[in-house]
Amino acid sequence: MARIGVFICHCGSNIAGVVNANKVVEAAKELPGVRVCMDYKYMCSDPGQNLIINTIKEQGLDRVVVGSCSPRMHENTFRASVERAGLNPYMLEIANIREHVSWVHSDNKDAATDKAIKLVELAVAKVRRNEPLQKMYADIEKKALVIGGGIAGIQAALDIAANGYKVMLVEKEPSIGGRMSQLDKTFPTMDCSACILTPKMVAVAQNKNITLQTYAEVTEVNGYVGNFEVNIKKRARLVNMAKCIGCGVCTEKCPSKKTLSEFNANIATRKAIYTPFPQAVPNIPVIDKDSCLYFATGKCKVCEKVCPAEAIDYTQEDEIITERFGAIVVATGYDLYDHSCYGEYGYGEIPDVITGLQLERMINSGGPTGGHVKRPSDGKEPETVVFIQCVGSRDDAKGKPYCSRVCCMYTAKQALLLKEHYPNSQSFVFYMDIRAAGKGYEEFVQRVQTEYGVVYLRGRVSRIYEKKDHLLVKGVDTLSGKQIEIKADMVVLATGLEPKKEAQNLAQLLHIGYDQNGFYTELHPKLAPVETQIAGVYLAGCCQSPKDIPDTVAQASATATKVGALLSQESLEIEPMISEVNPLLCSGCKMCYSACPYSAIEMEDKEIRRGEVKNVAKVLTSVCKGCGVCVAGCYCKAIDLKGWTDRQLMEEIGVFNYE
Amino acid sequence: MYKVAYFPGCSLSSTAKEYGMSTELVCKDLGIELVEIPDWICCGATSAHITSELMAIALPARNLLQAEKQNLPICSPCSACFSRLKLADIDLKRNAQLRADVAEVMGEEYKGTIEVLHLWQVIQKYGDLRTEKVKKELKGLRVASYYGCLLTRPPEVCPNERIEDPQFLDNLVSSLGASPVKWSYKTECCGAAFSLTKTDIVYRLSGEILKGAREADADCIMVACPLCHSNLDARQEEMGLDFSIPVLYFTQLIGLAFSFGYSEMGLRKHFVQAKGLLNSKGLL
Repeated sequence: MARIGVFICHCGSNIAGVVNANKVVEAAKELPGVRVCMDYKYMCSDPGQNLIINTIKEQGLDRVVVGSCSPRMHENTFRASVERAGLNPYMLEIANIREHVSWVHSDNKDAATDKAIKLVELAVAKVRRNEPLQKMYADIEKKALVIGGGIAGIQAALDIAANGYKVMLVEKEPSIGGRMSQLDKTFPTMDCSACILTPKMVAVAQNKNITLQTYAEVTEVNGYVGNFEVNIKKRARLVNMAKCIGCGVCTEKCPSKKTLSEFNANIATRKAIYTPFPQAVPNIPVIDKDSCLYFATGKCKVCEKVCPAEAIDYTQEDEIITERFGAIVVATGYDLYDHSCYGEYGYGEIPDVITGLQLERMINSGGPTGGHVKRPSDGKEPETVVFIQCVGSRDDAKGKPYCSRVCCMYTAKQALLLKEHYPNSQSFVFYMDIRAAGKGYEEFVQRVQTEYGVVYLRGRVSRIYEKKDHLLVKGVDTLSGKQIEIKADMVVLATGLEPKKEAQNLAQLLHIGYDQNGFYTELHPKLAPVETQIAGVYLAGCCQSPKDIPDTVAQASATATKVGALLSQESLEIEPMISEVNPLLCSGCKMCYSACPYSAIEMEDKEIRRGEVKNVAKVLTSVCKGCGVCVAGCYCKAIDLKGWTDRQLMEEIGVFNYE
Repeated sequence: MYKVAYFPGCSLSSTAKEYGMSTELVCKDLGIELVEIPDWICCGATSAHITSELMAIALPARNLLQAEKQNLPICSPCSACFSRLKLADIDLKRNAQLRADVAEVMGEEYKGTIEVLHLWQVIQKYGDLRTEKVKKELKGLRVASYYGCLLTRPPEVCPNERIEDPQFLDNLVSSLGASPVKWSYKTECCGAAFSLTKTDIVYRLSGEILKGAREADADCIMVACPLCHSNLDARQEEMGLDFSIPVLYFTQLIGLAFSFGYSEMGLRKHFVQAKGLLNSKGLL
């Protein structure tokens, strides 16, 4: 007969405030196999764990049930306790009476207590059939993949490399640098974005531990922590990277110049063969097939003719490379909200209503206007500029309920820069609340108002009217309760941040989660902010949530630390809860083989009895994730999932037969 | 011949008589038969719906019921009537209690089996403007389509993808051969019923609309609501503007393209006469 101990945790008042722990203890004592049952205020605390350990030893227990929080939270904690008491760590079951009971049934304490008792009963039933499982170990590929070459990816790659590990940095665009390379100055210290970024970009290119793959994207991810196998598509650059000397003659001579420049936020055009910006890393152009004359008409080839290094190669094709990594960092960044659904701001059709990023490109001395702000309609220098904040942020009606965190600050910065560039200009900012919670941020916003005379109006703009030579901005100042009309030369929309369009695709490749807004979900919002539900996959930067440069860099470094901690291990402990085939029962029907989503089943010829060879299924232990699909698909009941065997589950179901 | 239950409302035989005249002419030509609802009553606009919720629904509901008895879609040329009718239709379908209350008041239940349409929708749906009916394309006429509030709002009554910049009247202008102007005041408030009680508000609001049209180089403004028309047309002189701009009903513009005469469409009844403009464009 099993000797089971049941331990009920109060979790302070989290559980005990709703569930009557005494009643649970008394009920559990009556269950078959239960030798001892007790409760304690915090079972996960040191004294709580010691209580479990000592009781196991004193009572000679051979299996344990803990009624507490979700196993996601403390299963490992209690497994360790059980192991310290000399038992196999898998002789433990958790009854989740917090998330599944007290937190969701606080309105009915009696029913909650009944449900807690039932869950403990289920766990006791299951644990009776638990078998000792042996931990498994896997090798670790001591190399990291960083997806996204913005400041988050750059910082993560540099820090991982600094720890002595190999890194591959994959960037979709022709150059690394990301959004930060598009910015002019950075708040609140007003250092030049490029000046602080480009040294890091160059450091990436020169770092021996870092391999750079630009114009490339991840197309397939297999494997698991420590042993990911990743396919990366290198898009055809049509320029031989080994030969190109980066002289730029091809770009200069290219006759196709009508394509809008993505890097310049569509306020300027670029050639068909181009590098996004002069400091690009690598400084090697790409040919954009869609705008290239040669690919459209079969004629031109000007770049080939003028290239002194014979680097142009129209025959290049996309190439897929497969690499193995121990860890993956996702740092795919953000897109800016498309404001064309805002009818009140002109559906994106009024030329002089621009976005913050467009102003950023104009005001940047390396930008298409050489640092001069000119309004798009007639090239006039704007004197009166209205900034509108929260465009695609904090707007439920547009499906964007969240705060984009950086817009208050970038708007203040841009208003300051405008005043510096054009001392006669006057800026007005329509805001909802000023969110300036970073170091030195509040002071900055105050300074913009007091020293630079930017007028802040708390309220929304109801409409922008197109007049002959100006825009009429109508809004409300809710502090004075007055309707406001401003004759403006230009309006700048502080468009919010949203995940990259392809972010959900990538999430599916990686099996990581994303929230209702499309941002990747961290493992725990407070205690595991850079980890994901998939071990070995980490997050950095705005793909997780909107954040500014300091926070992004801090998070990227944190991520690199996590990656270092993983890669520094000799080998990796992996969960033994995987499928197991009983070859005697297996009929070789291959149902499991085709059902497995992870390709973890192989067919093999096996000698069942002497002289009798049968083609049967075999589980690849390092690939199996323990999802159980094969078990459900097996006609012969030849596959079982360790830790979740049919017998265990039948015992649980059997609990309901008592009634 | 396509038939609709016609709900002219109070203004089409009084302040907006010319709207009624042109509507009847144009519909006849387009093969749309306007069957006037027998014994129609007030739609409940303005006064009823700020006084009693039940009355605000019951008044239009009675008209809906009459149309339902005719088994015809109900058609209103006035934006305010349309809004009240459509809102009542939506509310009655959605709210069983309200349906019961209103049925008690009326002694009969409105079942909600008919379509509620504004006149422009009827014409768009059943009158093909792109046929030989357009005898005289309104070439060179720059028209500012003014939608006002109740033709585009609230969204559940007037579903429209571009609520701040609707296009349906502009498309109608184009199909007559005229040029719709791009302007920002399409859906601004004209001041509506403040015309009588707070006239200065109407001066300001309607004045801005008129100036907006002027600034967009429009030759005339096109409307689809009697109240908009009276606010925009009748008070231009009082506003002290340094210009005047004719305000025409969309049915009058259609009528012009169909070669109806100036007088038979009641164009003479406008405060700002369009004769000079139309002559200069060779449209009369």
